Amino acid sequence: MITKSYSLFLKDIKSELRTRYAINALVMFILVAISVILFSIGNEKIQPELTAGLYWVVIFFSAMSGLSRAFVSEEEKGTTLTLQLIASPDTIFSGKLLFNLILTFFINVIITLIYAAFFEGFVINNFVLFLVTFIFGNIGLAISSTIIASIIAKAGSKGTLYPVLSFPVLLPLILTCVQLTIFCFDGTSFANALYELAIVVSYDGIMITVSYLLFDFIWKE
Amino acid sequence: MNSYSLEIKNLSKNFGRRLIFQNINYSISSNTVLGISGNNGSGKSTFMKIIAGVLSPNKGQIVHLLNGIKITGDELFNHIGFVSPYLILYEEFSAEENLKIFSKIRGIKYDSEYIRMLFGKMNLYNRRKDIVKTYSSGMKQRLKYVFALMHKPGLLLLDEPTSNLDSEGKDSVYTILDEYSKNHIVIIASNEEQDLRMCGDIIYLENYK
Repeated sequence: MITKSYSLFLKDIKSELRTRYAINALVMFILVAISVILFSIGNEKIQPELTAGLYWVVIFFSAMSGLSRAFVSEEEKGTTLTLQLIASPDTIFSGKLLFNLILTFFINVIITLIYAAFFEGFVINNFVLFLVTFIFGNIGLAISSTIIASIIAKAGSKGTLYPVLSFPVLLPLILTCVQLTIFCFDGTSFANALYELAIVVSYDGIMITVSYLLFDFIWKE
Repeated sequence: MNSYSLEIKNLSKNFGRRLIFQNINYSISSNTVLGISGNNGSGKSTFMKIIAGVLSPNKGQIVHLLNGIKITGDELFNHIGFVSPYLILYEEFSAEENLKIFSKIRGIKYDSEYIRMLFGKMNLYNRRKDIVKTYSSGMKQRLKYVFALMHKPGLLLLDEPTSNLDSEGKDSVYTILDEYSKNHIVIIASNEEQDLRMCGDIIYLENYK
C-alpha cells in the first residue's frame, strides 16, 4: 500500500506543479496575513502569549485555505470517480495525507521563518520542545484537515463549510500548541511540558485511527 | 484463463424517497454481454456505479467471483474496467502520463506493448504524448477505453459506450468488445439500438420499479 500511496502523492505533486492549485493561494495568504499583523502591531512590543496565539492563528487559517485542495480539486476536476476506480480507499487516504503533510510542513516552515525574522517576541528558548510541538502539531493539523476535506469535498458550499467544520475539531490541538509554544518562549523544561505534549500526541493518534476507520464510508457514496 | 462471475442479489436503490430500482437478481459469468436499458433517469448509471463498487446499494449485494473466489471490496478496482461520459481523466497530464500514473497507483506493471496496441486500436497512438486537455470529446472517450482495458479487467462496465464517438470510433469499440467479450463479462448501459445489439440479454430497469 505504501508504494501505491506514494505514487498517488507523486501524482498530486506533479499535478500541483502544473496547475498551482494550492501553492499560489497558500503563499499569497501567508504574505497577506503576516503583513496585516505586522502593520497592525506597528512598533508595539507584543507579549509572548499573543505572539504564540498569532503564530498558530496564521497556521490554522493557511491550513484552511490550502489543505482542502487535496480532495476538493479532485471533485472540481471531476476525477473523483477515476480515483475510485484505480485505488482502494486506504491508498487514497494515505496518498492525500502524505501530500497534506508535506504541504503543511512546507508552509509552516515558511511561516516560522517569517515570524522568526520579523517578530521580536518570537524567541525560542527551548528548541527541542518547539521542534516536537511543531512536528506533532503539524501532523495533527494535516490529519484533521485531510479527513475534513474528504467530507466537505462532496458538499455544495465547500469554502464556508471547511473552516466551520475544522474549527471545533482543531480547537483542542491549536489551544494546546499555543500553550506549548508559550512554554518554548519562556524556556519551560521538556519534563514540565509533558502533559501538553501527551495531549497533542494522543490527539494525533485518535485522529489517525478515526480517519482510517471513517474514510471508507466517506469515500463510497 | 481466469473465469469471472457476478451475482446480483436482491439489489435495490433509492435516493431519499425516490425508488430507482428494486429486487434485481441476476447471475452472469465470463463470455457474456449483458445490456442495461431504460428511460433517461431510470438508474442505468446508478446501477453501473453500484456494480463497480463506488456506490452502495440500499438493499441487496453484489458478489464478484474470480475462479470461484470472492473478490473483496478493497481489491475490486483491479478487476473492473469502466467507461462512461462522466468519467474524467487528468487533463493536465498527457494520455501516456495518465496511464503510467494509473499503473503505479494500481500497483501493476505498465505493459507498454499491450497499451501501444490499445492506443493503436483506438487511433490515438500519434496523440498519446499530448495533454488530455487538448483532446476533443471523442478522443477523450477513446482514451477511456485504453484506461478501462489497460489492466485487462475481468468485468468491463460501459455506460453509454459510444457517446461522443464518430462512426470510425464506434467501429473500433465494437471490434474491441467483440473480442473482449469472448473471455470476460461486458455490461453495457445504453439506449442505443446498435449498442444493445451486442448483448445476449438485456435488463430493462423499468421492470424493477
